[in-house]
Amino acid sequence: MAAPAARVLEHELLVYRRVWRGSLFSSFLSPVLFLAAMGLGLGSLVDAGGGAGAGGATGAALAGVSYLTFLAPGLLAATAMQTAAGESTFPVMAGLVWVKSFHGMIATPIQPADVVVGKLTYIGLRLLLVVGVFFLVTVIFGAVTGPGAVLAVPAALLTGLAFAAPIAAYSATQRDANGFNALFRFGVIPLFLFSGTFFPIEQLPGILQAIARVTPLWQGVDLCRSLALGTAEPVLTLVHVAYLGTMTAFGVAAAFVTFRRRLVK
Amino acid sequence: MTASATSSLVHARGLTKRFGGFTAVDAIDFDVAPGESFGFLGPNGAGKTSAMRMIACVSPLTGGTLRVLGMDPLADGPRIRARIGVVPQQDTLDMELTVRENLSIYGRYFGLPRSVIAQRVDELLDFVQLAERSGDQVEPLSGGMKRRLTIARSLVNEPDLLLLDEPTTGLDPQARHLLWDRLYRLKQKGVTLVLTTHYMDEAEQLCDRLVVMDKAKIVAEGSPRGLIEQHSTREVLEMRFPVGVQEMLDGRLDGLGGRVERLPDRVLVYTDDGDAAATVAHERGLRPEMVLVRRSSLEDVFLRLTGRSLVD
Repeated sequence: MAAPAARVLEHELLVYRRVWRGSLFSSFLSPVLFLAAMGLGLGSLVDAGGGAGAGGATGAALAGVSYLTFLAPGLLAATAMQTAAGESTFPVMAGLVWVKSFHGMIATPIQPADVVVGKLTYIGLRLLLVVGVFFLVTVIFGAVTGPGAVLAVPAALLTGLAFAAPIAAYSATQRDANGFNALFRFGVIPLFLFSGTFFPIEQLPGILQAIARVTPLWQGVDLCRSLALGTAEPVLTLVHVAYLGTMTAFGVAAAFVTFRRRLVK
Repeated sequence: MTASATSSLVHARGLTKRFGGFTAVDAIDFDVAPGESFGFLGPNGAGKTSAMRMIACVSPLTGGTLRVLGMDPLADGPRIRARIGVVPQQDTLDMELTVRENLSIYGRYFGLPRSVIAQRVDELLDFVQLAERSGDQVEPLSGGMKRRLTIARSLVNEPDLLLLDEPTTGLDPQARHLLWDRLYRLKQKGVTLVLTTHYMDEAEQLCDRLVVMDKAKIVAEGSPRGLIEQHSTREVLEMRFPVGVQEMLDGRLDGLGGRVERLPDRVLVYTDDGDAAATVAHERGLRPEMVLVRRSSLEDVFLRLTGRSLVD
């Protein structure tokens, strides 16, 4: 990272230092609640209905593992998406409009592209923290099949970045936070519910299944889950990584343009 | 290159800024010499801030030539910005950080080593009289304190050129005077100041030389005193009449002074001897509610040049 971008990151970390305790606590609490309620609570019904190890209908659909083990990596990817969306909307608006800290930065040798790189690096570190804590909770819940499951962590990080970069680019085009409501309501939440996080997309009717397959969250969910369960196929894994990597790259390129337009005029 | 282009800290010829079809700055020429305190005086919307943002290298010019510290803002933006300090119209302080953190992170933006920053921050906190608030968060500080912090922040890189966009707008009189005192000290130390203002008293206090801007153009240039001598009389007689009377004064004000301006709330008579004009007015049977004889100010210059008041 170029030196000016590292200073933007330094700023973000300085601000984060004020809130890290609460932030770490909620990063820990959120997966505990979800895995307890959905994984154990709802999962007990799911597993009883099909019999995870019994080779019943549900067992086959869940790749032969308990619902908790099936759910955890999907929820990991979905959590990365939600964290990314949260960090690349309101905080970006704060830097541009509410606090104007980005305007303060570009009055110095820092350029708009440095702001983008520094901010996204910070979001990357936040994602790493969130998915790292999430993975630890998964281990505590006994929802991993082996040491290879740790590969789901970098996979979730990539999933998060694939959302953070284009959403940050979008945020820099907005006058106020009104557009974010639509983004969450019509983007983040439907993806969260229908991209294979809670149930295999094979359960969806044909056309919806095809749509789900091309959504970025399904790419991330399937990448995380197949790595975590050790069922990853090389070609499909490569497709997932290429998809999410391309989305990140395009997002960064778009953010270079939108941040510059917004800050230098 | 001309002599002014090489020796000036800021050199502008035909400097133009357009936003779509709107021309914010229309082919203005000016130079700022080292050590000088230079002002843009004009009402809101005159193009002062657009001119400042171009000098600060955060707004590309649409036309003309601009050199800042001898460099081209389009090609050398980061190198120029490394050597200037900027006090923007609206504070861009980090509300969640402390006073000290705001200064030190800004020093980091310039790539200064932490040891250098630590020493400068202490000096700057003393200079802007915020040392005892150094550990406090910025949010609850008063407007004047925030403004002083912004000024301290703009000095963290020891700039060759300090740009101040409306430095005291929105502050109460006491806070303004404190700020003027600090800026005056900087000026005494030889820091080159460029500021915009729509307060004539601020321009008179701080500027060695200024340009008067109106509707994207420069309409006059000179020292505050020189502009007043050139465009106004020595004294002004101000009279306020009871409601309805001012409209019926036709002819009775003629010849009282060199020039008579009728504002909505008062009449201004430009003359070299205000008391004499007041006596003549009294002899003519004029009975204003209020009579005031004062020296001409930049406000009068602006009124003369544009036919409008600075602050409307």
